[in-house]
Amino acid sequence: MTSLCSWSRIVSYTVSKLTDYSAAALETVAGACVSACAAEAAEVRSEADLKAFRDRWMARKNGILTQINDLWLKGAPKEAKREAGLHVNALKTRITEIVEGAHVGGGPSRAAEQVDITLPGARRAIGAEHPVIRTMHEIVGVFQKLGYSVAEGPVVETDYYNFEALNFPPNHPARDTQDTLFIAGQEAKPQRERLLLRTHTSPVQIRTMEKMRPPIRIVIPGTVHRNDPPDASHSPMFHQIEGLAVDTNITFGDLKGTLDHAMKALFGSNVKTHFRPSFFPFTEPSAELYVTCFICGGSGKRGSDPCRPCKQTGWIEVLGCGMVDPNVFEFVKDNGYDPKKVSGFAFGMGVDRLALLKYGVDDLQYFFQGDVRFLEQFG
Amino acid sequence: MKLSPQWIRDFVDLAVDDRRLAEDLTNVGISVEGISGSGADTVFEMEIGTNRPDAMNHYGVAREAAAVYDLPLKQPSALSRQPSAKPSHDAPFPIIVEEPELCPRFSGRVIRGTRIKPSPDKVARRLQLLDQRPISNAVDATNYVLWEIGKPTHVFDLDLLEGGKIVVRKARAGEVLKTLDGVERKLTTDDLVVCDAKKPVGLAGVMGGYDTMITEKTRNIVIESAWWDPAIIRKMSRRHALHTDASHRFERGADFESTVLSCDLVARMILESGGGELVGGVVDVVSKRMDQAPVVLRVEEVRRILGGSLDAGRVFHLLKRLGFELIPEGQADARFRVHIPSWRLDVEREIDLIEEIARLHGYDKFESTLPAYSGAVVELPHAAMDAAFRQRALALGYDEAMSLTFISHADAEKFSSAAAGFSASAKVLELENPLSEEASVMRTSLVPGMLDMLARNLNRDVPEARLFEMGSVYELSGGERVEPRRACLGATAAAVKALLPAGATLDVSKGEQAAAAEAFRGFKGDVESLLAAFAGDVSFDRETAEHFHPGRSARALVNGAVVGQFGQVSSEVAAARKLRQDVYIAEFDLEQLYALGLRPVRFTPLGKYPAVERDFSFVFSDEVSFEQMRRAADGAGVVELRAFRPVEIFRGGAIAAGKYSVLLRAKFQSDERTLREEEVAQWSGKIVAALTGLGGTQRA
Repeated sequence: MTSLCSWSRIVSYTVSKLTDYSAAALETVAGACVSACAAEAAEVRSEADLKAFRDRWMARKNGILTQINDLWLKGAPKEAKREAGLHVNALKTRITEIVEGAHVGGGPSRAAEQVDITLPGARRAIGAEHPVIRTMHEIVGVFQKLGYSVAEGPVVETDYYNFEALNFPPNHPARDTQDTLFIAGQEAKPQRERLLLRTHTSPVQIRTMEKMRPPIRIVIPGTVHRNDPPDASHSPMFHQIEGLAVDTNITFGDLKGTLDHAMKALFGSNVKTHFRPSFFPFTEPSAELYVTCFICGGSGKRGSDPCRPCKQTGWIEVLGCGMVDPNVFEFVKDNGYDPKKVSGFAFGMGVDRLALLKYGVDDLQYFFQGDVRFLEQFG
Repeated sequence: MKLSPQWIRDFVDLAVDDRRLAEDLTNVGISVEGISGSGADTVFEMEIGTNRPDAMNHYGVAREAAAVYDLPLKQPSALSRQPSAKPSHDAPFPIIVEEPELCPRFSGRVIRGTRIKPSPDKVARRLQLLDQRPISNAVDATNYVLWEIGKPTHVFDLDLLEGGKIVVRKARAGEVLKTLDGVERKLTTDDLVVCDAKKPVGLAGVMGGYDTMITEKTRNIVIESAWWDPAIIRKMSRRHALHTDASHRFERGADFESTVLSCDLVARMILESGGGELVGGVVDVVSKRMDQAPVVLRVEEVRRILGGSLDAGRVFHLLKRLGFELIPEGQADARFRVHIPSWRLDVEREIDLIEEIARLHGYDKFESTLPAYSGAVVELPHAAMDAAFRQRALALGYDEAMSLTFISHADAEKFSSAAAGFSASAKVLELENPLSEEASVMRTSLVPGMLDMLARNLNRDVPEARLFEMGSVYELSGGERVEPRRACLGATAAAVKALLPAGATLDVSKGEQAAAAEAFRGFKGDVESLLAAFAGDVSFDRETAEHFHPGRSARALVNGAVVGQFGQVSSEVAAARKLRQDVYIAEFDLEQLYALGLRPVRFTPLGKYPAVERDFSFVFSDEVSFEQMRRAADGAGVVELRAFRPVEIFRGGAIAAGKYSVLLRAKFQSDERTLREEEVAQWSGKIVAALTGLGGTQRA
């Protein structure tokens, strides 16, 4: 009977006679009674405890409630009967609740107040930032920390800024690779003034150099367009981030160091970078930058399956870059860009494709359909 | 473009396997994108930049491989036997070039008494490996030489050429040429053609003529190998929509010095397979030499651009391996005079040489450095406002979306900037070559895209969608192109209702109109929360565009300028787009909003004395708006009136039609003292009087 002993040990409440029948006094003694009852209920550890507890409080003959009825109500002076009745009745209700709710292993109050913490929380809607915008902000942020200012330029561009000043001469085959969308009704204008949808963010290089003298460091996020019918990996509208740094003594080594740093900041300090020769009319030497595949870690495999994003090569092409071609500087020479005195590097990357890779999205079109089921995954 | 590594190995003895060769070539910019097949049938899928026509063939790639591994390069085997007949000035076939600028060089050879038959197996197999269809020994010879050394050539049936000569001239108006593909092409005076004495027999550098082609009957052949002006080839190729392996190479620049060699290679292959004999020597008409000027290369400049510590010796050897000839100039060896090989038309400047040095040295060998910088970082002027708007929209539970920048003509008209009240004079920008009729105009509004996105969600059983988009529209204004920034909110009715704050219902009447009033108020709350980021007091009126429901939409103005329109979309638009629910749209002119600047924060002391609230129950005619009541209360002259708001609205029941009951709550507070009952009663009286003056009847 150790359990009974343990329960019995805390049993100390006794009903005392009342002399003060004021409302405040009644409140106090009733409160003390409820607390005592609840405390005893909490210590019930066995069926025997429970029976003893019930009997002690509820027994018709000499149970605590009966005693209270006798001592507080029946013994009350006539003028205090009404007040005492109110309090005693309320007290009976509370005590009955506690006793009836009592069970082995815990008091009645805990069980009654317990909520199901596994029910799903009632969430308030929070909007999700668009994955392309989010990726853009991340990339821009990396370069801002490296001292780059943000620049912008128009989407509807002239032939001059999109091509000519970037060293794409009129009728040059390099223009064919750009799949340009043209604005209608431009025939009457000289070629360099004809409007088109910029095919890259590179025109902002020229626009910025026209406005600002060297040294400059800029990143240019923006929308670009090409005449590519939409499919899982193409869209006529997509996004690029361009970068440009011009100063005295900027070298190819600086281009490599800057982009290596940026890629580690974006994809993790473990990624390696690899530069391959390439061709862009507005940079020379030109390069494509590859990073070790951030999906498979460069192994070309995911478990026993081939890694698709890197086509099992372990490398992912992330951007095109190069040293600014002196011909480009010639267009802004009067603003301090003498190619004999300054040098610089430029780079440009497709944001949508990086977002696609980063989040493992298998269809580019999801980005432009506003499907809530898709967007909410980025919340 | 496909190339065979086996064929490449004809010209250089490589110790590495094909896989390693592919990797090493890629690392110097001769990109091998894929490898297929095995053994002698291995094929490289190449991607050669437009600037490197010299590497679009096996010999050119072998030359790069020889440079990479510093190995000797073998010459393509030229004619094994020299022509027996007369010297070249006794041309067997006169060639007259009337356009020397456009055709600086034209070489030719004549073969007589040969037989046309299938190519030998080795030739046919190699062509098939590159997806080229073998035709006959003579035609295949030209194709083989194109893929071997990159020089396009052409063969004519000599007996089908009239008048015994070849003339290179501009086409005459009205002339027609049936090209090898069987298409009759109308020529213009801008076309450059190869002719016999009477008629055009070939579209120069693009495609030969059908009527003079090699057939089984051919016995006598003229081989043509010319160097054409790249620009005219490109123009003709575009005009006739005829892109051929020949035009692809000519418009990028062929090797000026390969015209004779290519003639000889073609001749050798024909003689070896079909027999016959060469008549006379090669005819080589050079109207204008295309020698490239030597380029001065300074080692110091190499270091300025590339960084690192490349020395003159390394520079010399790297370029030498690529076929450049370097002559030291000036003092010591810090400068070279560099002679450019004839096949490298892309190399004209010092920087071009620096690129050659960098790529052969290996990009990955240059040390990575970080440049010092003395400038300051500048944010875009609107960056903070963009961020504030986006942050609020996200916090309000709207997902950020992005729609395409093209819309249809019909939408451009319906959802114009003028309709939105943002610009009266803007004109649309149409595309010359749109992807489709539905995407033929640059967007004038974000609303069409938003409606499409909401419809998409509703059609996919997503009843609750809340979206926003920030972006530009693209128009002409006063002849100048403009790209004003806009933002758009869109929400389905279910989404608006789901977000109404619990317990904040104002209109407790039954019926659809009350529900719509509550939904509108919920959406307006979001609009107000967004506008509250910006300085300036907002007012609203009903002057909205036609695409809104006339009774359930509003225009937001600040200082008289329209900053936005919002509300339920009109039933016509909803029907036209087959929307399965009512939807709510808000369009903002961010240019106007951003001009206001962000709302500056100024601290207001917290009241020290308790506020007292009083409710007033009134019945008003439907014509009286809350705004009128608010103004009346404000105008009652009670300085301590701190807030005045509606608490409950009810129509129907005991309230007569055309009227509504409204419970209004005034809050009074003083900064100086606790308010006394009598003064609050007095102010309440003033407010009741003002409201009564509006035509309201106070209820008991």
